[in-house]
Amino acid sequence: MSLVVESIAKRFDRFPALKGVSFSAPKGCFLALLGPSGSGKTTLLRILGGLEFAEAGRVKFEDIDWLSLPARDRRAGFVFQQYALFRHMTIAKNIAFGLEVRGRRHRPTRAEIARRVEELLSLVQLEGLGKRYPSQLSGGQRQRVALARALAIEPRMLLLDEPFGALDAKVRKELRHWLRHIHDKTGITTVFVTHDQEEAMELADLVAILNQGSIEQIGTPADIRRAPASEFVADFIDSNAQVRPDPVVAIFEPRSARG
Amino acid sequence: MSTNLTDRGSTRPRGATDDHPLARTILIALGACFIVLFLVLPLVTVFAQALKNGVAAAMDSIVEPDALSAIKLTVIAAGIAVPLNVAFGLSASWAISKFDFRGKSFLITLIDLPFSVSPVVSGLVYVLIFGMQGWFGPYLREHDIKIIFALPGIVLATMFVTFPFVARELIPLMTDQGRDEEEAATSLGASGWKTFRRVTLPNVKWALLYGVLLCNARAMGEFGAVSVVSGHIRGQTNTMPLHIEVLYNDYQFVAAFAVASLLALLALVTLAVKSFLEWHYADEIAAIHKH
Repeated sequence: MSLVVESIAKRFDRFPALKGVSFSAPKGCFLALLGPSGSGKTTLLRILGGLEFAEAGRVKFEDIDWLSLPARDRRAGFVFQQYALFRHMTIAKNIAFGLEVRGRRHRPTRAEIARRVEELLSLVQLEGLGKRYPSQLSGGQRQRVALARALAIEPRMLLLDEPFGALDAKVRKELRHWLRHIHDKTGITTVFVTHDQEEAMELADLVAILNQGSIEQIGTPADIRRAPASEFVADFIDSNAQVRPDPVVAIFEPRSARG
Repeated sequence: MSTNLTDRGSTRPRGATDDHPLARTILIALGACFIVLFLVLPLVTVFAQALKNGVAAAMDSIVEPDALSAIKLTVIAAGIAVPLNVAFGLSASWAISKFDFRGKSFLITLIDLPFSVSPVVSGLVYVLIFGMQGWFGPYLREHDIKIIFALPGIVLATMFVTFPFVARELIPLMTDQGRDEEEAATSLGASGWKTFRRVTLPNVKWALLYGVLLCNARAMGEFGAVSVVSGHIRGQTNTMPLHIEVLYNDYQFVAAFAVASLLALLALVTLAVKSFLEWHYADEIAAIHKH
């Protein structure tokens, strides 16, 4: 097991966001943190990324005491729901950022950086857009830039916070498959936060279902579907699994049945 | 009836938010009158009075030693006060907009204080602290340090009065931009300083520039607070606004207005530079604001 999370706890003011969360995941795994809003999934992700601090608990990743590393030394590529692209930089500069801010001894040459940027642009299928600014791209394109930027630092771990939350359904579906494809290609351990059970079940190797700061169940999508550990899990994976009845149809159907 | 309507309909139908044409004309005329009377006319008067006896007379009163010394002092005072206020304003807005801490709203109120305190009072405060009879008066006299009636006092008073300009420009913008980009920079391995220099600062550079321009215009034009701490020593501690007052009180109107027109010119240049930058970099500014 490469990622081992042990009884992580965190409070905001007095409200407990995480109540001792523990789980483990193998190297190169695609893990989805699934839960309703306020379940603590984003807090857990931000703790893994070093953007939030746990009050108790430990995280081991590839035998490193992960939480003792400051955020900037973790090399955890973080992708935000609202993209968080540097708005005053071109796409190419955005992607190059993580390489350019390295200390002189670790920084690749300018030509090497340019080559990496081109490579990443083609990986995220945005060739030729390097000179544009983020505000000139669509939401889906921006999120792909954000992923390219995170991949540029050759991250040890990829952390995605509802990356497709701000996109429309069609783009979501496309990017979903594409993300899985990139994960399979790079083999980076990936933690993915979502409240969309369909997204989680379709994408992930492992799904952890969180509720009110605790993990209700963790397992493969098939396991969870076959044997939900609690009523909450059964309810949560079921509630938006079936296609919701169209409200308009729901209103008109009884009448037509009567007639 | 309907024919009547179509007859009158030769003029374009009025939109829902349009006013009656007459009301519109009156309002525009009122607005124009106000602008001419209270903004344009005074400005024109300053220049007209200055040039009443010709350009040469005006120039003479500007290059005269006392006037030159006042101009020099004003530039030095602003040259010290503005960069310091940029540093303080930038750090204060950075702390307020990117971090959560106790006493944050108190700090915001404190930054606004110079706007609500009369400049004369802010000048008097420094006299009470650093003046001969003030708290540190005896100590300063013993060590032969002059603050009141000297450059340090003038710089302190100017800084106090112009403190909010930079911070007030930056805080709303930086708060609006949030912390996401800084967090992204950190996760990509940037140090705190690199994050600030490469992400935070470029995102606010236009607001910062605007704040600096305003701060500078006010620093050079400040009268009240500086008047209290300066001591009005001609050729030594008189800044431009103080020099203008002295000349005016001596009935040297042409000279007074000649120096005054320099200050007015500064204001116009400030506005022109700001408008030019906004026009020239419109695309870039728009890209920073919308996201």
